[in-house]
Amino acid sequence: MSEVKNVVELEDAVIKFVGDSGDGMQLSGTLFADTAAYDGNDLTTFPDYPAEIRAPQNTVAGVSGFQIHFGSKKILTFGDICDTIVALNPASLRANLKWTKKETIIITDSDAYDDSALEKSGYKSNPLTDGSLKDFKIISAPFTTLIKECIKDLNIDVKTTYKSRNMFALGIAFKLYGKNLDHTFHYLEKKFATRPQIVEMNKRVVKAGFDYAATNPQLECLYKVPSASMPKGRYRNITGNVAAAWGLIAAGEKAERPLFLGSYPITPATEILMEIVKYKSLGAKVFQAEDEIAGICSAIGASFTGSLALTTTSGPGLSLKSEALGLAVITELPLVIVNVQRGGPSTGLPTKSEQSDLYQALYGRNGECPLIVMAASSSADCFYSAFEAAKLSIEHMTPVILLTDGSLGNGSELFKIPDTKDLPKITAPLAKANDPNYKPYNRDEKTLARPWAIPGTEGLRHRVGGLEKENGIGTVSMDPINHELMVGLRAEKVQRVANYIDPQELFGDQEGDLLIVSWGGTKGVIRDSVIEMKKEGYKVGHAHFKHIMPLPKNTEEIFGKFKKIIVCELNSGQFLGYLRITHPEFKYNQANKVQSLPFMIHELKEKYYKLLEK
Amino acid sequence: MEQILNTIERSNVELTKEDFVSDQMVKWCAGCGAHAILAAVANVFPKIGYRKENFMMVSGIGCSSRFPYYVNTYGFHGIHGRANAIASGVKISNPKLSVWVATGDGDSMAIGGNHFIHTIRRNIDLNIILFNNMIYGLTKGQYSPTSPMGSITKTSPQGTIEHPFNAGELVIGAQGTFFARVPDNNIKLMTEVMFEAARHDGTSLVEVLQNCIIYNDKVHAPITSKDTREDNQLVLRNGEPMLFGAGNKKGIRLSQTRLEVVTIGENGITENDILVHDQFQQDPGIQLMLAKMAPPLYPVAMGVIRSAMYPTYDDMVEDQITYAKANSKILTVNDLLNSGDTFEV
Repeated sequence: MSEVKNVVELEDAVIKFVGDSGDGMQLSGTLFADTAAYDGNDLTTFPDYPAEIRAPQNTVAGVSGFQIHFGSKKILTFGDICDTIVALNPASLRANLKWTKKETIIITDSDAYDDSALEKSGYKSNPLTDGSLKDFKIISAPFTTLIKECIKDLNIDVKTTYKSRNMFALGIAFKLYGKNLDHTFHYLEKKFATRPQIVEMNKRVVKAGFDYAATNPQLECLYKVPSASMPKGRYRNITGNVAAAWGLIAAGEKAERPLFLGSYPITPATEILMEIVKYKSLGAKVFQAEDEIAGICSAIGASFTGSLALTTTSGPGLSLKSEALGLAVITELPLVIVNVQRGGPSTGLPTKSEQSDLYQALYGRNGECPLIVMAASSSADCFYSAFEAAKLSIEHMTPVILLTDGSLGNGSELFKIPDTKDLPKITAPLAKANDPNYKPYNRDEKTLARPWAIPGTEGLRHRVGGLEKENGIGTVSMDPINHELMVGLRAEKVQRVANYIDPQELFGDQEGDLLIVSWGGTKGVIRDSVIEMKKEGYKVGHAHFKHIMPLPKNTEEIFGKFKKIIVCELNSGQFLGYLRITHPEFKYNQANKVQSLPFMIHELKEKYYKLLEK
Repeated sequence: MEQILNTIERSNVELTKEDFVSDQMVKWCAGCGAHAILAAVANVFPKIGYRKENFMMVSGIGCSSRFPYYVNTYGFHGIHGRANAIASGVKISNPKLSVWVATGDGDSMAIGGNHFIHTIRRNIDLNIILFNNMIYGLTKGQYSPTSPMGSITKTSPQGTIEHPFNAGELVIGAQGTFFARVPDNNIKLMTEVMFEAARHDGTSLVEVLQNCIIYNDKVHAPITSKDTREDNQLVLRNGEPMLFGAGNKKGIRLSQTRLEVVTIGENGITENDILVHDQFQQDPGIQLMLAKMAPPLYPVAMGVIRSAMYPTYDDMVEDQITYAKANSKILTVNDLLNSGDTFEV
C-alpha cells in the first residue's frame, strides 16, 4: 500500500491515551510528550488516574489516562476536548467519550472488544460495529493479533505480548502526528539494558504500530504540528510536584541552610517527598513521619535548629497540621507547607483537583493566626513559587502555605532551566554569637522578623514555645496588653510582606469592561479564555493572583480600572469571599465549578458574555 | 563516672549547676516530684560535660512540659503530645546537639502515643524523661493512661475501667533500646540513670515515678515511701545479683519461665541461684519481665533495666548522606536542574 498521504498542518492538538490501570498508559503518554518536546513543541500534560491501584479489569472504575496538549504556540492548558483518543479497551473508550467532538480520531484495539469486556464496561452492543461511533474517525485494529505476528520469532509469552499493546498504540500516534521513534528507542534501550529481548520486542511493536498507521486506509491524512518558537535555552519537561521539590532544594542552597522535610505520604502530594529524598547528595534530610502531625512537628523542630524546614501534604493532611501551624506562627519560625489540593471535604476525591482549601489555608487555625499564603499558577511555576515561599518564610520568619493542586502537581509542562546564580538571594536573619543585645523577640525594624538563633551558637541560649511571649525579651507572658501587641505584630509582619513581593500583573487591557480574576492552577485555561475574548474585541483584563496573603499592594488600583469584576475559581467562591473582606468597596461576580474538573474555555466565556450583556 | 564518648562537642571549662539555672520562677507546686527531676538534671548536665550551648530541651504540654523554661539551655515548649516529634526533627537536623525531652504520662502515652512508640522504634538518639504521676495534673485531676484500674478521679467517679500502660512494657514492645526507672525521691539514683541515658546511643527512656501532691498524692507511696521501699524496690546494677529487702536477703531467680522472689537461706537458696542483671543483653526477655514486676508478688525494678546497642536513626541518616555525597553526580542544584532528559532550543 502507498505511504503517501495528505499531511495537514495544525497549530496544536490534544491526544489522550486511555486504558486499564496497568496497561501502561502513563508510559505511552510520557513517551509521546517527551518526543513532542524534543521535536520542539510546547506542551502541557495531565495524568488522569483512579484512586485505586488496580480496579477490576475492563471496568470504567479502572480507567487510567494521560493527556497531552502540544503545539507550535504557547500551550497554557492540557486541553479540554481531545483531537485523538487512543483507547485500549471498551471501558476506557466509554469513559472518555465525553471529551470528544465530532471528527475526534479514536484509535482502539478491536481485539479487546470481546463479550466479557463489553459487558464489564457497560456496553450492550459492540460500539465498533453498532454505528454508535459514526461521528468519529475510527481506527480500529486488532492490536494483539498484529503484535503476535510481528514478534512470533522472539518466543515471548502471552502476557508480555499483551502488555506491549501500549507500544503499538504509541506507534500509531507517532505516525499520526509526524513524530519519529528515536526517543522511544533510546528510552527502551536504557530502561531494559539488561534484557535485550524485551528491547527488541518493544521496538518491533512500536515500529509495527507506526507502519500500520502509515499504510492503513482508515487514516485519510496525517498531521504535523510544527515547532513552537520558544526563548533559546535548555529545557526539560517537569511536573509540578517535581518542580516544587526542586524549588525548595534550590532555596536551601541559596539560603545556605540545610534542608529538612518532615512528611507523610498522601495523594497527590507524595511525589514531592519521593523527589526530595533522592537528593541526599545535596544534604537533604527527609523524615517520613508516622503521621501528618509528626511531619510538621519534626519540621518545626528542624526549623528551630536552623534548617530550611518543609512539610508537604494535601487537604486532609493540612487539617491535621493545623494546631502545629499555630505553634510555628507563635514561635515565629520559618516553615514551608506545600498543600497539593484535592477534592474535599474529608477523603473526598483524592486523585482529582480542586481549589477548595483556600479558606483552610487562610483561616483554619485557633486564635488569630496569620501566615503567608501563596498559590502556584502552573506546573513549572511550582519551582519559582516554592522558591519564593521559602525565601519569604526565611526572611520574614513566618510559616508560608503554598497551595498547588493535583492538576499542577501531576501535570507537566516545559520548563526553561534556570542557572541558580540568577535566582534571588535569600538572607536568613541569623543572630550573631555572643550578641549582647540578642533577645528572642527583638524585631527587625522593617520586616518585624525576629532573629533566628541557632542552637549550638555561643551566647544565645533561649526558649520559645506555644505560650504567648513578651515582645522583645521573649519570656512567657499572660499580660493582656502584651498579648494584644503580639497579635497585632504577627499580623503586621505578614502584611508587610506586601512590600517585598512583585506588584500584581495585569494581562490584556489595562482598563475596560471586565476584569477576570483568578488564582492558583487555573491560570492557563483562564488566560486562554481572555485571549479569545480579546480576539473577539472585548475590553477585558486578567489578574491572576499568586500572592493571596498578603495581596499585592496594587490590587485595589487594578480592581478600580474595570466596570465589572468576575472571580473564577474551582470552589464555591472562597477567593471571592476573601476579596469581599479585604476589598469590600468593589462588587464582585463569580464563576465557579466544583466538579473536581478544570474549567472549560466555553463555560467561562458564557459567563463573561452574560455579564457583558447586562 | 566515666566520660561519654561521642561526637557532641565538649565544654573546655568545667561547668557547674549554676551554668544551667534559668532566670524564670519555677511554678510547680511545693512538694511536687518535678522539683527533684530539675535538681537531677542540674546535677547531671555539668557531669555530662558538653558545651552548654549543645544541650537542647524539648517538651510538650502538661506540668512536666514547663521544664524547658526552668533550665538555661536552648529550649522548645511544644504542643500537647508532640514533644517527641519536635525533638526528632531537632536531632535529625543537628545530631551534634544533646537533645532531652521532658514529657508526662498523658503527653507521651495518650495524646502523643503514636509519636512515642515510633520515636522509640527508630532509635533516634534522644533522652526522654517521662514524668509518670499517673494523673493529668495541669488540667486538674483526670485519669491518665497509666492510672491503675479502678482509680477514682474527676473523670472516673466510679473508678477507671481501663487497663493502664506499663511504660517499660510499652518501650520494650516498641523495640526500645534503653529503659530505666527511678523514684522521684532518689535524686542520686536519678542522676546516675540520667548519665547512663546520655551515654546510651539511641532513644533513652527514663521513667520517673513522680508524686503529684495535689491530685494524686502518695500514688507511688507503696513503692517509694521510707517504710515500703526496701521491700518493694529492686535497684538493678549491671553484673550484680538482683538482691533487695532488709539486709539484701531477698532475690529474684528464674523459675522455669517466670521470675520468682526467693529468700537467701530458705529452701536451700544461695546467692548463686539469684539472677545477675545484664542490661546490655539484646534479647529483652528477662528485661521485659523485670520491667513488668509489681507488688504484691514482686518488687518494682529500678535503675537501668535495658541498655542494648543498636544503630541509631540519626547516625544512619548521616551515613546515607555521606555515601550519597561521595557517590552521586548531583552535588549542586545546577547539577540537579540539568540532570536527566533535557534539550536545547
